[in-house]
Amino acid sequence: MATGLRDKIEEVAGRYPNRRSAIMPALYLAQAEHAQLSGEVLLEVADILDVPEIWVYELATFYDMFHTEPVGTFHIQVCTNISCLLLEAEGIVAHLESRLGIERGDTTPDGLFTLSTAECLGSCDTAPVMQVNYAFHENLSERRIDEILENLRGAVGE
Amino acid sequence: MFDKVLLKNAEIPNAHGIGAYEAAGGYRALATVLHEYSPDELIQLVKDSNLRGRGGAGFPTGVKWGFVPKDPALEKYLCCNADESEPGTFKDRVIMEKDPHQMIEGMVIGAYAIGAQKAYIYIRGEYVLSIERTEAALKEAYRKGYLGERILGTDFNLEMFVHCGAGAYICGEETALLESVEGRRAQPKLKPPFPVVEGLYGCPTVINNVETLACLPHIVQRGAEWFRGIGPERSPGPKLYCLSGHVRKPGLYELPMGISLRELVEDHGGGPRSGGRIKAVIPGGVSAPMIPESGLDVAMDFDSLAAIDTMLGSAGVIVLDETACVVRVAKRITEFFNHESCGKCTPCREGLDWAVKILRRLEDGRGKHEDLDQLERLCGSIFGNSFCALGDGAAWALSAALKHFRDEFVRHIEDGRCPFH
Ligand SMILES: Cc1cc2nc3c(=O)[nH]c(=O)nc-3n(C[C@H](O)[C@H](O)[C@H](O)COP(=O)(O)O)c2cc1C
Ligand code: SF4
Repeated sequence: MATGLRDKIEEVAGRYPNRRSAIMPALYLAQAEHAQLSGEVLLEVADILDVPEIWVYELATFYDMFHTEPVGTFHIQVCTNISCLLLEAEGIVAHLESRLGIERGDTTPDGLFTLSTAECLGSCDTAPVMQVNYAFHENLSERRIDEILENLRGAVGE
Repeated sequence: MFDKVLLKNAEIPNAHGIGAYEAAGGYRALATVLHEYSPDELIQLVKDSNLRGRGGAGFPTGVKWGFVPKDPALEKYLCCNADESEPGTFKDRVIMEKDPHQMIEGMVIGAYAIGAQKAYIYIRGEYVLSIERTEAALKEAYRKGYLGERILGTDFNLEMFVHCGAGAYICGEETALLESVEGRRAQPKLKPPFPVVEGLYGCPTVINNVETLACLPHIVQRGAEWFRGIGPERSPGPKLYCLSGHVRKPGLYELPMGISLRELVEDHGGGPRSGGRIKAVIPGGVSAPMIPESGLDVAMDFDSLAAIDTMLGSAGVIVLDETACVVRVAKRITEFFNHESCGKCTPCREGLDWAVKILRRLEDGRGKHEDLDQLERLCGSIFGNSFCALGDGAAWALSAALKHFRDEFVRHIEDGRCPFH
């Protein structure tokens, strides 16, 4: 593992009176570097922070935004909570399922897209919304989705 | 016309930078506080303003601060609750994206009042722009001497950091939030001891919502009397209302506390979309029980909403028109709470799971009349027996749907299908 990660983790650890508090920020840093928090990565985080591995494992599995399983290059998360539901978010999810040829929760065989449903993303006035790797796409329609997917595929092709 | 207070900078280009904030009078309240107020005088000012917490519970902010032990030997913490995950809510996000210094200035003022030298801003992880803007604003504030050592030449020191959440609604509950900062799974803790006495790392800790803190510079600048004069005296101030759902002009509206819900939805929000008719409104995020159309003349403040068995909560106002299926909405809300239950106590963990199963079959038209009594019994055993307010809120929201729209549930059973889908 790059020494860069160790330095970054040490830097955030300085913000807290104890090292356990730095586990969450450290997991974010590790995830940015490795995309997926495998057992090996979790061990390394525990080692850098000098905390029991179980503490690290516990947080990596409790919080939804930490990925111990592989996710696609583009993680699409469609809000299906009330404000989006009222504006037909289910149709948006169904359209994505048919365009990507996968069901919610799955990843395309080429590893490009993972499709998830999400709880409220805090953009209810522009419903229906989704995030792609945490960038917002708002006021969605089937046509907007087709454009977004095309742009994402194009971005990888380049 | 009500002049905006909290959103007055939001439309200025680059309002999030410190230059724009200072040009609009930013950080002058902080200078006033540090040079002219003792911590006790500041607490008294906030008490006099009648400011009540915007995180949901409406607890008087000055009173909360007053509970913090005065012992200077004790380390103290201030935490800003920016976890904003209550469905239907997007106000704190707008403050952080458009005007993060307003929150930061409010936090420095709050930290001075309680004697905290360290503060954390707990921002939900999905809010990447809020995190980016807040981090950048913190750097600017340090550089300008509004944070760090000897702030504005006084002997007050304060360090402030961002702690990012990672996708768990329960982190918004204050004791769970503290657990999360301490690097543990976010599960609520028994109160008492209350965080003001024994909070982060066992030290006295005040937790306040972003919008609560953002009110502080204005109270200092314009006085307690001015603040108390906006809206109902016991529940006053400028208020951010998040309007969404079946409404013509969804958006974030800043208006006085206590305006009527009907005025908010019909005048400001332009009424229901495409000429439909309103069926019900959820006034304060999905934890707040829904109000049928006939109840819309209620005033949007803590006490008036509590009087009709619902709450202002996060002021996430969600409009349902006549095409909305209440059974489906109730099912989705209960699914949300079931998904976000931390699993610590049985009534919430098991009860919600059971309720979801029943609601799914009711929505599909496979329910029986006994199911409705069963749901009511479940709500009764969850409410009041849950460890934290997540379980209570879930049961309360579901009971209201059953109470006001029982006929819709019955139609699903009798028709054997959903009449709306
Ligand atoms: C399940 C649950 C979720 C909550 N979520 C939030 C939240 O996202 N933001 C918030 O400010 N308060 C939230 N609260 C309320 C906090 O526990 C706390 O009362 C509040 O942050 C105090 O700040 P205030 O006094 O300024 O309102 C939540 C409470 C519960 C029970
Ligand atoms: S009520 Fe639910 S969320 Fe709250 S402590 Fe119990 S299980 Fe956890």
